[in-house]
Amino acid sequence: MPLASDAASLKRALAIAIPIAVVLILIPYVVPPYHAYLLSSGLTYAIAGLGFNLLLGYTGLLSFGHAAYFGMGAYAVAFLVKYFKIASMEAFVVGGVAAAAIVAAVFGFVCVRYTRIFFSILALALSMVLWSLFLKFYWVTGGSDGLRVPTPTLLGGLIGNPEDKMDFLSGPYYYFVLVLFFLAVAVMWVIVNSPFGKALQAIRDNETRAEFVGVQVRKYRWIAFVVSGAFTGLAGALWVPANGLITPDFVYWTFSGKIVFFAVLGGFRTFAGPVIGAVVFNYLEYFAVASTDYWQLVLGTVLVFLVMAMPTGIVGTLGRLALKLRSAS
Amino acid sequence: MDTLLIHVLNSLLYAAVLFLIAGGLSLIYGVMRIVNLAHGNLYALGAYVAAWAVGRVLGTGPGGLPYLLLLPVGALAAGVVGAVMEPTLLRPLYKRAEEYQLLVTFGLLLMMDDVIRFIWGPYPLSATPIYEYFGSMRILGTPYPAYNLVVIAVGFLAAMFLRAVVYKTKFGVFLRATSQDMRMASALGVNVKRVYVQAFTLGCMMAGLGGAIIVPAQTAVLGMGVDALVLSFVVVVVGGLGSLEGALIGAIIVGFVRTIAISTFPELELAILYMIAAAVLLVRPAGLFGRA
Repeated sequence: MPLASDAASLKRALAIAIPIAVVLILIPYVVPPYHAYLLSSGLTYAIAGLGFNLLLGYTGLLSFGHAAYFGMGAYAVAFLVKYFKIASMEAFVVGGVAAAAIVAAVFGFVCVRYTRIFFSILALALSMVLWSLFLKFYWVTGGSDGLRVPTPTLLGGLIGNPEDKMDFLSGPYYYFVLVLFFLAVAVMWVIVNSPFGKALQAIRDNETRAEFVGVQVRKYRWIAFVVSGAFTGLAGALWVPANGLITPDFVYWTFSGKIVFFAVLGGFRTFAGPVIGAVVFNYLEYFAVASTDYWQLVLGTVLVFLVMAMPTGIVGTLGRLALKLRSAS
Repeated sequence: MDTLLIHVLNSLLYAAVLFLIAGGLSLIYGVMRIVNLAHGNLYALGAYVAAWAVGRVLGTGPGGLPYLLLLPVGALAAGVVGAVMEPTLLRPLYKRAEEYQLLVTFGLLLMMDDVIRFIWGPYPLSATPIYEYFGSMRILGTPYPAYNLVVIAVGFLAAMFLRAVVYKTKFGVFLRATSQDMRMASALGVNVKRVYVQAFTLGCMMAGLGGAIIVPAQTAVLGMGVDALVLSFVVVVVGGLGSLEGALIGAIIVGFVRTIAISTFPELELAILYMIAAAVLLVRPAGLFGRA
């Protein structure tokens, strides 16, 4: 691909990204604190969606086990609190990402030998090994009660912590999450547009041809798996101090299904799809849980409807609508 | 010696139920190449409907042998749901990537969990009168619930019955032909659409029967479907997706491993099962009895 079109696509992406970034920066001044907190947890989900989609959208591998890396990132933070009495958010991020990457490296090494349904089930089975360990080794992990994570200090206490937890979450912590979210988006953008990212797309579209032109298919898939796991671990590490508690439920495979949901809701054929899908899902879940006891029924219906009627997700459908409008005018 | 025998019987009890669930899952995959994530919920549905039917007819009164006939109602209910689900929700997706089938069945899993909770509420549902009617018998001097032997027998008979259906009947020929080469079977005049509906319904009925026969011994609780699904994944991965023999052997292996693990390292019970599944996938990706 010639460089000029890369520069053009970067320009186009920035034209969309910068206004959104400005809105995200200003939002805590406009909306009530609870909604800023809600948005920040949507943004942490979005980081998981980004990581997940490196596998599904770009490499063509559907993982039904990504809760393992989200949960590992979160549990790593809880272990740092429990065993090392650490409260620094930066240490949490480093520890969460590293722990998730290590687990992803081991699990991924096994999973990437297969593709399609076998890959999905193997990823699921391995994530359930981790889940059962978290559940059963209760003297380490707190069992089904999980582990508490207190409010962390940001930048070594350079930014003061407001007394009220909601003020903290909707203020300093929101911006901490936002900065890492921007960073994650930028890094992922570079990855998918790099030669490595192009090689992954070649593997997705035609494995045999990719191998013929010299792509080391299994190694590239493995690297993609580890990067994907690291991003998802970052999401878990950022999410857990805001939630204050991690339980094995977030390592269970139905949570993996939710991460898949983000990507399908937004549209996994696009870069922005899983990000938008994650934020929308977070609101959808919030309103469904708030308005009915049967929120799973609502989410399930939405998912079935999406697959049947809107397989390209929100971003894909909006893109098609925009094209239609342009050709009509 | 006698505790060993009890362990063996418990393993077989567990294997019988697992075979019914995983055998249905495997049959559906073998014929249609679909992994139905809502399959565990059909097992749960069978359990709830059977317990409901027993409660309706018997109340809390004493059970009796004829009331065993109430249990297949659970299997029927699961079969009806399957017969509706395949043509409406799955058929439009056969031409699309297989990810979409996983997603739709995952959506159905979420929905059915709540539908069951909506109809029967959050409390466990039981059918103990039937269990109590059979009482306990002495095996080598150790008391053992007699109903468990009924479950083992039903599991065994179901396996025999399916073997006969698949290998001895005309429907079985259609089933095997479609499984081996759907296009060729269709070209030779097999009504593939009908075979799909029948196979899917039969698979769902097996899961429903599994739930219906175990519910007098245990209770129907929320979340039982999802747990059962993950275990039957282990069974089909070990035995080979799409193979009924594999599902039987896989269920027996999982049944025994689980009993051994529970009595020796209870903390590692589930981890051991999943690690066996992962190990089998590594050595023989198609499972012990599967075709590559």
